[in-house]
Amino acid sequence: MSEVKTAKGFWPGFNQRKFLDDWVMLLAALGIFVLSAVFIDNFLSPLNMRGLGLAISTVGIAACTMLFCLASGHFDLSVGSVIACAGVVAGIVMRDTDSVALGVSAALAMGLVVGLINGIVIAKLRINALIATLATMQIVRGLAYIFSNGKAVGVMNEGFFVFGNGQLLGVPVPIIITVLCFVFFGWLLNYTTYGRNTMAIGGNQEAALLAGVNVDRTKIIIFAVHGLIGALAGVILASRMTSGQPMIGQGFELTVISACVLGGVSLSGGIGMIRHVIAGVLILAIIENAMNLKNIDTFYQYVIRGSILLLAVIIDRMKQR
Amino acid sequence: MSGAALRFNGIGKEFPGVKALAQISFEARPHSVHALMGENGAGKSTLLKILGGAYIPSSGTVQIGAQTMAFKCAADSIASGVAVIHQELHLVPEMSVAENLFLGHLPTRFGVVNRSLLRKQALACLKGLADEIDPDEKLGRLSLGQRQLVEIAKALSRGANVIAFDEPTSSLSAREIDRLMAIITRLRDEGKVVLYVSHRMEEVFRICDAVTVFKDGRYVRTFEDMSTLTHDQLVTCMVGRDIQDIYDYRPREQGEVALNVEGLLGPGLREPVSFQVRKGEILGLFGLVGAGRTELLRLLSGLERSSAGSLALCGEPLQLRSPRDAIAAGVLLCPEDRKKEGIIPLSSVAENINISARSAHASFGWLLRDDWEKGNAERQIQAMKVKTPNAEQKILYLSGGNQQKAILGRWLSMPMKVLLLDEPTRGIDIGAKSEIYQIIHNLAASGIAVIVVSSDLMEVMGISDRILVMSEGALTGELPRAQADEARLLQLALPQSRA
Repeated sequence: MSEVKTAKGFWPGFNQRKFLDDWVMLLAALGIFVLSAVFIDNFLSPLNMRGLGLAISTVGIAACTMLFCLASGHFDLSVGSVIACAGVVAGIVMRDTDSVALGVSAALAMGLVVGLINGIVIAKLRINALIATLATMQIVRGLAYIFSNGKAVGVMNEGFFVFGNGQLLGVPVPIIITVLCFVFFGWLLNYTTYGRNTMAIGGNQEAALLAGVNVDRTKIIIFAVHGLIGALAGVILASRMTSGQPMIGQGFELTVISACVLGGVSLSGGIGMIRHVIAGVLILAIIENAMNLKNIDTFYQYVIRGSILLLAVIIDRMKQR
Repeated sequence: MSGAALRFNGIGKEFPGVKALAQISFEARPHSVHALMGENGAGKSTLLKILGGAYIPSSGTVQIGAQTMAFKCAADSIASGVAVIHQELHLVPEMSVAENLFLGHLPTRFGVVNRSLLRKQALACLKGLADEIDPDEKLGRLSLGQRQLVEIAKALSRGANVIAFDEPTSSLSAREIDRLMAIITRLRDEGKVVLYVSHRMEEVFRICDAVTVFKDGRYVRTFEDMSTLTHDQLVTCMVGRDIQDIYDYRPREQGEVALNVEGLLGPGLREPVSFQVRKGEILGLFGLVGAGRTELLRLLSGLERSSAGSLALCGEPLQLRSPRDAIAAGVLLCPEDRKKEGIIPLSSVAENINISARSAHASFGWLLRDDWEKGNAERQIQAMKVKTPNAEQKILYLSGGNQQKAILGRWLSMPMKVLLLDEPTRGIDIGAKSEIYQIIHNLAASGIAVIVVSSDLMEVMGISDRILVMSEGALTGELPRAQADEARLLQLALPQSRA
């Protein structure tokens, strides 16, 4: 084996390749932020910054647990429907019981149950995640319409608005929750057996099984937590809009997955870090925000977003060569 | 074109950091079956890949007759009349035999596939090779031997004059092997150049007219006269040193029975299997491919459920419902297919070592302890002599031998009673091999019962205290080390129904 070079001096053991792999997308996000700040008027205004933060929050929260699904070699298409249904369930329960705690609990329980069903069907019955979550996506969307009769469920309860519109030291609550999610799930992925087992399953399921990882249980937990966190995102969104809307979040699952992949999470499993997710979410949100400020037509926005995603995965592919 | 010799002139091939081949020069004549032999990793497969156009050599040329070939891709090589029959056949199981034969140039009429002409041409192709195969049959329904014949027919239909076989008999039954041998002899008599890569001495002595030996990517020598060549001469030439010392066998103390297997039945086993292995013993399990050895290990490691019989570990009954049960009991398996079942390729060496033992050392069972994680990885890397720049290197970039040592390190991090090794040195170079034998010996000496499955006769005889032989899903014999010789082992391993 040839000798291993380690640069001495300023940064001992600095590995350029690893550094690039780990940080390049986050640096790209920072670059886009700086460019937008320089070239777009009002980008840095407090109002716009707050809007940007809120735009990040829903996608960011759901992307944290989507990271686990992707890292284990699966994905979840039902999250958009879960978000809508969670808002509807919270709205209805609060209307009927007048209790914020009950409303939020019911919404979270609904998300947990959907996630558990996804996980059990995928892990125990060995149904492909695409099909399983495609089915629950439609079922849960349908339930959201049925529960709400197809109409938005208005919320009158002031206490509920804390989640979406409250502030702590001037920072909106959704942003605080998003940051907490980033920290918590990043920690979970790196510093717990659950997180490492998730990566092992995505990296080589057969080997993980033979190494003694409880593959089925880990998968079920991944999807259950994803359902729960999806519902949390739904509650926050409903709180921001002061109503539970059954039609909201169509295509949201694809936005979440593309944010993860854009940041560098592998669709085939085994590669993924929380900073990939943060980078992906930031890049998507900043570009969207910039395009809105520049008054770019929605039709063109679709083309631009798609092109960026395509470019990112092509670059990722070439990096692996 | 028939009658042209195939010549390799100073072929070299380098991969980043690895010299796979250096200065390979030899000639294979027409009317002759030329064997390529060497340990795993000696460079035979790399040479065939160069011949097949899959790799471009870093130096040197391939010559057919007087013509120098420059193969840039597989199509070039096929066009020049070269066919390489790989171990994994390059056929589409979901398509018909005829479609497979003419894939890429199906006969068409006005752009539509001409089914009747296709069938006629396919029948002509198969004639004399495999008359019983219906061209309209789906390829996936054929036996492995028949699929190989389809591959040969495909090569001949493209006018191949140079045909290279890479381990063609590794998954064939004895009768299919006989048939293949007859076909190869016929190809030789028709004046083709046949290259034959195999580990199996008996086949090489049976059909080959010349042998070229490789070692560590270098040409060693060519034997032109098979009648004066002895088995031992060939082995010594391949290994490059006396075989005895790489196994480094030393007798050991043996304790009480560690694992007792009683009447075990399950998928892949035809008859109930019963045997015992003692603490400190190395038990070899020999058999041809498909004898049921891997299946037996899958049962013992909880990967497959047994349908009858019982297991006892150190006198205690042992119930296995999943690999987790076996691991918890201390029965640990190093699987045969390292890439598919052993390593987690994109994870670090440290991850791969720590994955199994970590939950016993984590706070509350799930909070990783950084000091243990780092310490254990370093300890095992040192103890197993895993060659890696650091513990954070992705295991994918390590050589096969070092990957295997890392997996051994994974199990050494755990309380171990019985170690199951399935083909532990397949695809591993000789230096790492002897290190792995050393590790196996030391483990046994520390009181662990070791079961080694291997299709390498030399290896089984070299390291085992006792050898069990399997054939067609049943145990067919048991030999203590002193009585084990090649002839007896092979006799027991050969399927009786056809012997």
